[in-house]
Amino acid sequence: MAEILVLVDHADGAVRKPALELLTLARRLGEPSAVVLGAGEATASVAATAAEYGAATVYVADGAEFAEQLVVPKVDALTQIAKEKEVAAVLVTSSGEGKEIAARVALRLGSGLITDAVDLEAGAEGPVATQSVFAASYTTKSRVSHGVPVITVKPNSTAPEAAPAAGKVEDVTVAFTGNAAKVVSRTARVSTGRPELTESAIVVSGGRGVGAAEGFEVVEKLADSLGAAVGASRAAVDAGWYPHSNQVGQTGKQVSPQLYVAAGISGAIQHRAGMQTSKTIVAVNKDPEAPIFDLVDYGVVGDLFEVLPQLTEEIGSR
Amino acid sequence: MTLRIAVCVKYVPDATGDRGFADDLTVDRDEVDGLLSELDEYAVEQALRISEEADEAEVTVVTVGPDDAKDALRKALSMGADKAVHVNDEAIHGSDVIATSAILAKALEKTGFDLVVCGMASTDGTMGVLPALLAERLSLPAATLLSEVSVEDGVVKGRRDGDAATELLEAPLPAVVSVTDQSGEARYPSFKGIMAAKKKPVEELELDDLDIDEDEVGLAGSWTLVESADARPARTQGTIVTNEDGDGGKQLAAFLASQKFI
Ligand SMILES: Cc1cc2nc3c(=O)[nH]c(=O)nc-3n(C[C@H](O)[C@H](O)[C@H](O)COP(=O)(O)OP(=O)(O)OC[C@H]3O[C@@H](n4cnc5c(N)ncnc54)[C@H](O)[C@@H]3O)c2cc1C
Ligand SMILES: Nc1ncnc2c1ncn2[C@@H]1O[C@H](COP(=O)(O)O)[C@@H](O)[C@H]1O
Repeated sequence: MAEILVLVDHADGAVRKPALELLTLARRLGEPSAVVLGAGEATASVAATAAEYGAATVYVADGAEFAEQLVVPKVDALTQIAKEKEVAAVLVTSSGEGKEIAARVALRLGSGLITDAVDLEAGAEGPVATQSVFAASYTTKSRVSHGVPVITVKPNSTAPEAAPAAGKVEDVTVAFTGNAAKVVSRTARVSTGRPELTESAIVVSGGRGVGAAEGFEVVEKLADSLGAAVGASRAAVDAGWYPHSNQVGQTGKQVSPQLYVAAGISGAIQHRAGMQTSKTIVAVNKDPEAPIFDLVDYGVVGDLFEVLPQLTEEIGSR
Repeated sequence: MTLRIAVCVKYVPDATGDRGFADDLTVDRDEVDGLLSELDEYAVEQALRISEEADEAEVTVVTVGPDDAKDALRKALSMGADKAVHVNDEAIHGSDVIATSAILAKALEKTGFDLVVCGMASTDGTMGVLPALLAERLSLPAATLLSEVSVEDGVVKGRRDGDAATELLEAPLPAVVSVTDQSGEARYPSFKGIMAAKKKPVEELELDDLDIDEDEVGLAGSWTLVESADARPARTQGTIVTNEDGDGGKQLAAFLASQKFI
């Protein structure tokens, strides 16, 4: 069966959920094999998780290079494995880093590249990728017409399903090419304990209507009652009320949760670009004319400082 | 020595317009007005700031695009860039990002540079991969998605605020960088800048000037194929209620319960 190479993203010794989604999607195209790079002591457990989600083979490589140099060592590893094993496709998670890795691998393999797929299916001439473009106003279907398809897939594109496979571990000695920017220092972000924005099933976002950094408390309380991640509009981020890493939109994160709650957000096109593919959209806004109401499944015209706390209380009492 | 900075800028359809596809499934560039990609204004701004810090520097803006892309170059020149390069050729129409990177890499080599500055992504394609592809083609280090950037003693340094960590990055020149919209507000062109821009040189290049074969680019030379593009049915507005009776939160809770979210 065709071998589908999946780069397994991991953090703090654990496999990130989007990697499990990739392995699940890869099974539609052929037999998945996983690539685990720079996981250090967690390598064995990361490999085991990959096997649980369908990886017949797990290629592993470790080394200081993966942390000390930007992107390129991973490109070296992935390209080398893809060539040696003559794989049928390469799948990478759509993140800033993932997209750069995929692009460079595609160039080295002489392959076409598709980024930000939201779905994948097997086709007569190779994988067919569904993309959502122009702030989700169009849906396109594309395929790679030259070389080994290299495709990046957005988080939350499918629900991960376990499907235990052999997961035979194969050590790979990577020939590093160098020519990368050096990572001089890395300061880990302090975890909030909330779910990752792009991976969360529910996202509650606040905008300029929240009025101040302190105002985000009502947003966070609602998020916590729903087990949700917290997002913010650029207006709220630019005002310094919430970190940029939580920004939803064209220049922030693109999220596609089951439920998106927009509080005090007007719904500018650049914000919509980051949330319009959410399954269910709910908004709370004082202004009945706010464009966000055009896309909602349910909207409340009202003050978020009244509506959100009442909702949080209702959830708590259920 | 003069620090030669090249800025890659893209001319894109206005995101607030009604963007769509032409019959050949390429981006329709006729229906919607175009402009300098807003995210590339940040690249121009950082290039100008770096040049102002340097003893001697020259900023060249480079674009691959149709006739109208000249508007994007003019805007960058009026912000303060010194000169421009416009690669424009019928055969380029329909090029994907891999093909575009081949053209841009050749144009940069011809222009000469010590530092290439790109935006974080184009606002139409939003792939954010071109800077990495340029680095790959030019065999240069790339420090991408920087929210802060500076050049000191032949080394470019920057800060990248990633999801999991903040990283400080470094690369010796020549190098490629891309900057985010967190890197600092772009300046507005002054009246003087706009007048001066009219006299600044814009070099026109065709594929022949870059020794690129027509069949390497355009729709034919692209390694991806768009099979279909369908307008997504507009989301239909659902139920809108008001909080006039002070029970908006409760009504919302009932809706969420009906959808099994709570
Ligand atoms: C190149 C570019 C990239 C961009 N990228 C992004 C991006 O990634 N993400 C993004 O979000 N934006 C982005 N923007 C900005 C975008 O255009 C909007 O400016 C921004 O989304 C507005 O944020 P907002 O909705 O919070 O603020 P506003 O548009 O000011 O809306 C605030 C809303 O809050 C409501 N409100 C006020 N008080 C209350 C209250 N007490 N209760 C309830 N409602 C209240 C108001 O009625 C209003 O509708 C980008 C812009 C550009 C040019
Ligand atoms: N046609 C082009 N001409 C010049 N620069 C470009 C072009 N396309 C992309 N770029 C540059 O590459 C960056 C990332 O583009 P992209 O990978 O298309 O999202 C942009 O912000 C620009 O700096």
